[in-house]
Amino acid sequence: MARRLLHIRDLHVRFDVYGGTLKVLNGVNLHLDEGEKVGLVGETGCGKTTTAKSILRILPMPPAKITGGEILLGKDDILKMGIRQLRELHSHGISMIFQDPTASLNPVFTIGDQLTDTIRYSTVEQKLTKRETKKRAVSALSDVSLPDPVRILENYPIQLSGGMRQRICIAMALASRSRLLIADEPTTSLDVTIQAQVLKLLGRLVEEKDTSTILITHSLGVVREWTQRVYVMYAGQMVETAPTKELFHSPFHPYTKGLMKAVPKLTGEGVALGISGRIPDYLNPPTGCRFHPRCPHVMDVCRKERPPYFVAGDTHEVACFLYREK
Amino acid sequence: MHFIKFLARRIGHSVFVILGLSILVFLIARVMPGDPARMALGPRAPEAVVQRFREELHLDKPIYVQYYYWLRGAVQGDFGMSLFTKRNVAHDVKEFLPATLELMVCTGIIFTVFGILLGVASARYANKWPDNVVRVFSYLGVCTPAYVFGILFLLLFGYVFNLLPTIGRLSPELEYPAHATGFITIDSIIAGDFRAFWDGLKHLIMPSVALALGPMAQEARITRSSMTENLQRDFIALERSQAIPERRIMTRYLMRISIIPTVSVLGLDFASQLGWAFLVELIFNWPGLSRYGINVMLHKDLNAIVAVIMIIGLVFLVVNIVVDIIVAGLDPRIRLGAERSK
Ligand SMILES: Nc1ncnc2c1ncn2[C@@H]1O[C@H](COP(=O)(O)OP(=O)(O)OP(=O)(O)O)[C@@H](O)[C@H]1O
Ligand SMILES: [Mg+2]
Repeated sequence: MARRLLHIRDLHVRFDVYGGTLKVLNGVNLHLDEGEKVGLVGETGCGKTTTAKSILRILPMPPAKITGGEILLGKDDILKMGIRQLRELHSHGISMIFQDPTASLNPVFTIGDQLTDTIRYSTVEQKLTKRETKKRAVSALSDVSLPDPVRILENYPIQLSGGMRQRICIAMALASRSRLLIADEPTTSLDVTIQAQVLKLLGRLVEEKDTSTILITHSLGVVREWTQRVYVMYAGQMVETAPTKELFHSPFHPYTKGLMKAVPKLTGEGVALGISGRIPDYLNPPTGCRFHPRCPHVMDVCRKERPPYFVAGDTHEVACFLYREK
Repeated sequence: MHFIKFLARRIGHSVFVILGLSILVFLIARVMPGDPARMALGPRAPEAVVQRFREELHLDKPIYVQYYYWLRGAVQGDFGMSLFTKRNVAHDVKEFLPATLELMVCTGIIFTVFGILLGVASARYANKWPDNVVRVFSYLGVCTPAYVFGILFLLLFGYVFNLLPTIGRLSPELEYPAHATGFITIDSIIAGDFRAFWDGLKHLIMPSVALALGPMAQEARITRSSMTENLQRDFIALERSQAIPERRIMTRYLMRISIIPTVSVLGLDFASQLGWAFLVELIFNWPGLSRYGINVMLHKDLNAIVAVIMIIGLVFLVVNIVVDIIVAGLDPRIRLGAERSK
């Protein structure tokens, strides 16, 4: 049996904003084995990025606050790590590709400035010389199929296209040879033809090193192709998890069913759900099951109690009272 | 290379601004009510004499001819006679400008250094007590005019505690050091006269702090808000996720981008002091250009008014060019954007 790499238990995250407290993550559970590739899907605003940033402890605080739960990496709780352990975690434990490459590169530094720092601080074996660092930076850029890497190192982000920026972010994330890669919608900000290229590239690089991966995406097609298991997230909770094939074949949760029926929009970033309504207000989230105001099968109990996970198969769990009997 | 082009374009642009300004000021000064020749000679001078004086000043000619005469002189550094001091305006300016510039530079140094320090401190300790103290100070600083601080300081440190000199640039028993730059602090160092240096510095403290508090508050607020805003941006999260030490992120990556709005406002604050300075110069009896400017305006001293305003305009332009250069140096988006749109 594969070793458990990451285990998130009952994670709660809030945002203190002007006008109140957004109770965004409300008991997130997620786990992942060594070498496993899982997908994380859910409509916009459901807390995917917040979950990912919690794992790395890089949520902006304030306004964010982690109010409960644990995130185990192996045996260590990431939420209890000190500065030294955190630095180790960041340098070669987990890396992340951010959703928006334009926002995630510092606009007033050259790519070279940023990439060499990444390499410098993620190299653990020995101190690199300037020459050596630059050589690695060049090869990191070549690895993601960027032409003329030497020139790109001198460029500022605004001098590059969106696709190039995303490749650079991928190069940065892969530079550290981490055990776990979190890819947060690595292609949403790109246009369709480039999406395919970047995904293919990312797939190849991940396969080469057999990195455990959490892939966050809106695209069910990508999930199907890439992952072994999927988490479906709704309003700060995981509502269903199952092996990818099984989930597509027989989704249980009414929300998952809605997702499957959804028509992917080519223009917008979201998916048009097969369910009416929208994600609830995090200031005053619904009681009980957060999905109940939109659920076509809503029952009395859904309004009062939060559904626990019901086991529906080998590794198939669903948080919905409809499956209580099983 | 790009930099030289950028600079040349900025300077070329400024020449036109200065020309436009001169026409405007020239016109406004001439349409102000009152007869300058009559005011200069007094009410009892015979009309024939006044008339002759008008002709001497070309006041009887059409306005564009007057402008031509003025411009011809101005490019040679001759701004005509002051009707108030009865001296060459250029001479007056040479005498009064350094005092004001010294005050401005000292003020600028104070509000730049302390404004940024306070801003960084309150961003670093956001919503803790240092931040709250700075916030209260900022509200006070922004809404209180400089002359109120000036009067307060004068009473408090000048009379009650008798700590600092209240009048002029140098105590009367001291000799003015040999004129090199016109800045007492610098000239006295050149002359090796440290007593004069110390005395000059003491004279500078109250007026420059009074002038600096407002802009300082402004800089602190802008620095704080741009830092706290940028702290939430994704690139900071990315840098943190890459094991870059927090201290390096703060001092390098966060600092450079957050300081850009502060620098832009610094320039404006620096130049607009010239406008505020006159009351403070009056309060501290500072022999500066702003005080001179008010006096000549009250006397409808045409040549002097135009010269003073032109100099203020020139200072604005120079400061703006310097700020643009610094901002372009800090922010590639502006630097490269400017290149692109060329
Ligand atoms: N910095 C922040 N300040 C305040 N609220 C925030 C912040 N970041 C996230 N949130 C809140 O958390 C919720 C979840 O955001 P998150 O970015 O995790 O969603 P997501 O699932 O990644 O959405 P998307 O698919 O659009 O990327 C948002 O609805 C928002 O209200
Ligand atoms: Mg997101």
